[in-house]
Amino acid sequence: MRLDYPANIKIIRVPCTGKVDLMYLLSAIQKGADGVYVVGCLEGSCHYKQGNFMARQRVQQARALLEEVGLEGDRVRMYNLSSGEGPTFAAYAKEMTEHIKALGPNPLKNRMEHPAKA
Amino acid sequence: MIVAKRKPFEEIKHFLKGYKKVLNVGCGTCVAVCLAGGEKEVSVLNAELDMARKIDDNPIEISGITIERQCDREYLEVLDAKVGEYEALLSMACGAGIQFLAERYPNIPVFPAVDTTFIGVNQAVGWYEERCRSCSSCVLGQTGGICPVTLCAKGLYNGPCGGTNKGSCEIDSNQPCAWYMIYERLKGQGRLECILEITPANDWQNQTPRTVIQPGYSKPETAGK
Repeated sequence: MRLDYPANIKIIRVPCTGKVDLMYLLSAIQKGADGVYVVGCLEGSCHYKQGNFMARQRVQQARALLEEVGLEGDRVRMYNLSSGEGPTFAAYAKEMTEHIKALGPNPLKNRMEHPAKA
Repeated sequence: MIVAKRKPFEEIKHFLKGYKKVLNVGCGTCVAVCLAGGEKEVSVLNAELDMARKIDDNPIEISGITIERQCDREYLEVLDAKVGEYEALLSMACGAGIQFLAERYPNIPVFPAVDTTFIGVNQAVGWYEERCRSCSSCVLGQTGGICPVTLCAKGLYNGPCGGTNKGSCEIDSNQPCAWYMIYERLKGQGRLECILEITPANDWQNQTPRTVIQPGYSKPETAGK
């Protein structure tokens, strides 16, 4: 297909979105990522039955926690598509990039002297 | 198990306002099982505090450690060598654990990160319900295994009261009447006579902090030392 999607996106592969822990999402933002999104299978099509539903809950929790600390919860999002939807993947990548660009850079980026050790 | 709920973030943040180096101590037993104060919750809270304080331009150096139990001296010991480096401690244990931690390190401020809520059961992941008020006078033998102190709005040892309403409690139609449930349970077991046994009122007003020493054990002379 040779589709283009924004080069600023770094893909982290997981076996299933059910593997995406809340701390993965928070750490990404804590370490300065401007945004993070989870791309899961279509709801109802999870090979492990509930993985993408768990991911959705964790994304919602991460959004709520970020709002709590004073960051935009909308820096974390979840998208769903099937593995056959390459063009949709590229479209979501573009949509997320534009959305994050509109939000501006992560305000933590310039304040990174004291990383958490836990 | 003891069930706790994390305190609102703003409250925790307020406790730590004046401190720059803090150790967050999780507990690996009850509060870990009820997803309030175990290793993962320590990591999440630390990440939140780290981010929030950076945003406020008042960074905090926050570390985390989760010990097996904060209500047990032998597990607290591992902290002895560490706590000296910190200005304050945050504890995600239940009220008992927090107090035991504070008792061991009386010169360091200890702040609670959770509200200890009740002794309860795990209905499903993340869903807990209260079942015991630790009244020290268990009547479950006569009540078909249903606790009226916890589940009856009035905590009646002898019931039901006049407010029972077709299986519901007078405080709310969605709240089942504990004594109705007890009646049904005993009836099913053919033990309805149990409901007629009168249980003397508990002497709540004389309840002082309780101590239990199990049979075969005694309070060591070195206790608390």
